Order: sequence, then C-alpha cells, then structure tokens
Amino acid sequence: MAGRPQKGSDVAGNRKNLAQVLAFATALFLAPFFLPNEYYLTVLIIACINAIIVAGLNLLLGYAGQISLGHAAFFGLSSYATALATAKFGLPMELGLIIAVGLTSLVAFLIGIPTLKLSGHYLAMATLGFGVIVYIFFNETVELTGGPSGYVGVPRLKLFGLVFSSDRAYYFLVAGVLALIMLVSLNLINSRFGRALRAIHTSEKAAQVSGVDIGKYKLLIFVLSAAYAAVAGFLYAHYLTFIAPTSFSFSFSVALITMVVLGGMANMWGAVAGAFFLTALPQVLQVFETYEVLIFGGILIVCMMFLPDGIVGGATRLLRFLASSLKRKQGGADAR
Amino acid sequence: MVSGLTVGSTYGLTGLGFTIIFNTTGIINFAQGEFVMLGGMLSVYYLTALKLPLLVAIVLAALTTTLVGALIERFTIRPVKNASPIQLIIITIGISIVIRGVAMLLWGKDTFALPPFSGNAPIAAFGASIMPQSLWILGITLLLLLGLRTFFAKSIYGKAMLACSYDRKAAYLVGVGVEWMVLASFMISALVGAIGGAILAPITLTSYDNGILLGLKGFAACILGGLGNPFGAAAGGLIIGALESYGAGLISSAYKDAFAFIILLFLLFVKPSGLFGRASAKRV
Repeated sequence: MAGRPQKGSDVAGNRKNLAQVLAFATALFLAPFFLPNEYYLTVLIIACINAIIVAGLNLLLGYAGQISLGHAAFFGLSSYATALATAKFGLPMELGLIIAVGLTSLVAFLIGIPTLKLSGHYLAMATLGFGVIVYIFFNETVELTGGPSGYVGVPRLKLFGLVFSSDRAYYFLVAGVLALIMLVSLNLINSRFGRALRAIHTSEKAAQVSGVDIGKYKLLIFVLSAAYAAVAGFLYAHYLTFIAPTSFSFSFSVALITMVVLGGMANMWGAVAGAFFLTALPQVLQVFETYEVLIFGGILIVCMMFLPDGIVGGATRLLRFLASSLKRKQGGADAR
Repeated sequence: MVSGLTVGSTYGLTGLGFTIIFNTTGIINFAQGEFVMLGGMLSVYYLTALKLPLLVAIVLAALTTTLVGALIERFTIRPVKNASPIQLIIITIGISIVIRGVAMLLWGKDTFALPPFSGNAPIAAFGASIMPQSLWILGITLLLLLGLRTFFAKSIYGKAMLACSYDRKAAYLVGVGVEWMVLASFMISALVGAIGGAILAPITLTSYDNGILLGLKGFAACILGGLGNPFGAAAGGLIIGALESYGAGLISSAYKDAFAFIILLFLLFVKPSGLFGRASAKRV
C-alpha cells in the first residue's frame, strides 16, 4: 500500500502541477498585452517578486507550520549583498546572484539552528528579533549600506550577456522565475519532503515517532524559504537599482505573513493570489487618497473575518456552492 | 538606569496588555501598541484642543481607548466564530492599520508632547538626579500592577478571567461567561495600554506611528517574561528598558534596540519559554 501506489500518485500529481504551472505561466506572459499602460507593468513585476517570497513563506508557515516574522531581513540581506558585490566590487551579476543566495542561505542556516528549536509565539519573537536587528544594521552601517537614505546605483540586470533594460523584458524574466518557483514548490509538496512537512505541522511528536527527522526538515525548509526570498531580493535590487532599509522593515515581514494568510495557507496558488492582491490593492486604492490606509486596513479585516481560508479558499467554496446549487436545481427539475 | 526603568515600565504595561488578551483568547493583539499610542495622543488632544485639565484629559483618554478596545472586540473578534489564532492575529493587524490611519487623519504626522505632571525640575536623590516624571511613571505602573494583582486574585471577575486562561471549555461549563471575559480583557488591556501611553508621553513624545515600536517592545517584554504570565511581562519590560539604556551607554544609542533584541534572542535560545515561563507552557 505504502510504496508503489504512492510513487504513482506522485508522478500523476507532478503532471497535474506542470499543467497548472503552464496555464499560470501563459496567463502571466499574456498579461502585459492587456495592460492599459506601462506603469502597471511595474506593479506586476513587484507583485511577482513578492509572490516569490510569499511562496517560500507559505512552504514554511502554511505547510510546515513554522512562523517567521523576519523574512524581510532575508530579502534585504540578499538585496544588499548583490548590490555591494556588483556595484561596489564590480563583480559580474551571475556571481552577485550566487553570493546573494549563498550568503542569505548561510545566514538562515546559522540563525535557523537555535531558532527553530522554539515554537509558536516564541519562534515568532525570535525571528522578529532577528529581523529588527538586521534592519537596524542596514540603517546604521552607513559606509557600507548608505544608511537610512539607501544605496543608490545598483546596476540594471545583465545575465549571461542579456541586458534586461526594458520593463517588459524584466517582467518576462520575473514571471518566468515565478513560474519555475511554483513548479518546484508544487512538486516539492507532492513528495516525501512535502509529506514530512505536513506531518510536522500536524504533530511534531507524531512525525518524530514515524521517523521524520523534524530538526533537519524544519531547518531545510527554513533555509529554502530564505533562499526564495534571496532570489526575490536579487531581482528586486537589480530592477529598482535603488534599495533602502524601509523596504526590509518589520512592517514588510508582517505584510508577507498577511499575504500568506489572506491568500490561503497551505495553498501555493493562494500564496500567489495573496501577493498579487495585496501588492495591487494600494495602487487601486490610490484614488481615495488620504483614506487609502483606512480602506486598506478595512478590507484586510473584512477579508479575514469572512474568508477564513483565504481568497483562493473562499473562491473555491463559492464555485462549489454555485455548482451544487445548480445541480440541486437540475435535480429538482428532473424530479418534477 | 532610572530612565531605562522608566521606559521599561511602559514596555511592561504594553506587555501586560498583550498577556491579558492572550490569556483569554490565545491570540497576540497586534493593535496593542496602538492602544498605547491612543492613550498619549488622546491625552494631548483633550488637553490642547478641548482645554481640559491634565488629569481629566488623561482619564478621558484612557476611557476613550477602553471604549475603542470594547468596540474592536464586539465588531471584529466576537463575530468570527471558530477562527484560527493566525486569522485573528491578521484581523488585529488590520485593526492596527486602521487605528493608525485614523490617528494620522485626525492629528497629522507631527509629534506631540504632554507637559510633565509636576514640573521639570530634577530631584536629587542618592547622588543622582531623577526627573519627577520618572517617579510618576514608576509609581503609576506599580499601582496598576498591584490593582491588577488584587483584581485577578480577589475579585470574582478576575478569577473568572483566570479560569478562561486555564481552560476555556471548563470555564464555560462552570458558568463563566467567556464572551464577556474576552470583552473585559480587551477593555482592561486597552485601559492599561492607554495609561501607559499617557504617562510616557511627557518623556518620549507621541505621534501617530509610535505604537509600532512600543508594540514590538511590549511583545518582547511578555516573551522575555514568559508568555501568559502578567507579572513576568512587567518584569520583562523593566529588564528590556534597563538593557536598552545600558546598551546605549555601552555601545551607542543607535544600536540600543539591537542590543536589547540580541540579549533577548540569546535568552530565548538558553531558556526557550522565557525567564518566568513554565517549561510546559508550550502551545500545541
């Protein structure tokens, strides 16, 4: 029962994932052709970058059940690492990417070892503390990071001889990376690793008894989600060409958590929906000017009150409800 | 040292507010810092715009904030049945955004100060000079702590709230109106937060967004003291305040926040359930 059929379902699941991701990628690639102007492209690029981080955070929070209130720090570490490597030391971008992701993963690994022994609100506090410390260092090491006024002059992305100078080209790159990340994550969930994570979420003790090395898996997923944030940080720094500590503050960590929960926990597509929704919402609300913040907060409260399983969960339930009421109507007509 | 303890008392009061709500609901109220902010801002508003005497202004500010706390519970927390803690936490994040937004619309982005309660002349004692406001803060914090202690230990409502924190279902069964207790916990923690904000306002100015950092420190205080233990939270706040002023003197004032958090992280790694937390306090 356990061995082969499981493997078969893995393969079938992976095929389904590939189909979903291909459909998603197609939608992403077609999106720019329906946009009224180029400004919206910037919003889409930022939304995709946020979605990459949120995908990693969803693996950690939604699947493994481990909270991190310090993911903005990983995002920021990677941004500053690649900025310094390429702008200050003139290294090629490919090396910048390796340094940014490598360094961030290493930091996540070192922080993860003591931190992940904590659980619940204590884990939240420890990751939060880490985020605040990193944020203070971004602000205070002025010679290195430019301090509160930010780091100017990060070069625009150039990878393997390709220069991504137009926003449209950059968007296609970011969308491609996001699609790839989604495919990797979906397949990961549908594997032995993913099942171990969900077991940890359900009950750490039960998982341990069933032979899951919980320490190892928690650390692995923590480092992986930090690496996702690092990839996003790399793309972010070379897109805006300017980075400042405020982008990596505690509020951004909270915003990321909100994206995960609002989109729908333990649902990879929910992560994307949450990231796109919360990134686009302030842009839409700009017409309300001073009341923007109020309406933003209000929408957040109302969504969370009435959509306990997030946007995607709510939409699925709505569809199911419509389908079943349609069926009932047909059934009623048949009976008559 | 005294200035550290002074600021620390406010962290402690904020942490206390976190603890009271956590004990009855099991959630961390991210709008706790906003209660503190409201306490300070409303006091300034009542004092300067309505020209009320200082004491009346502060009492009125505390009562208004208590009302805000009650409204929050009634309209955003109670209607959500069977919600997971994380869902409620996100709701409180939304609330904090709204409160900050309203404060910004009403009072703008400027910082305000409340006049000290009894002059600015420092008092010389034990070879150090102490600002009178520090004494006010320490005294009022101590009074609040004693008051809450008697409330939880002696009064029937306090005991009922403690019962909720031990086991909600059991509290229901013995006839405790758990919903009322949750409402009461939001009101008490709003009250405590607002008083903390009002007594701190003469020292550290107040503005629409100073609730974020205070909330953060308050959370740190109750984690340090062991979550769920109100007096641990107060002690945790004092320790963090003292650490900060020590760190500011030792390294630089720029890194004082980082210093407090680094110590906090090390403490957590050594003692994962806080200084005064029970080891079994793990929530599964």
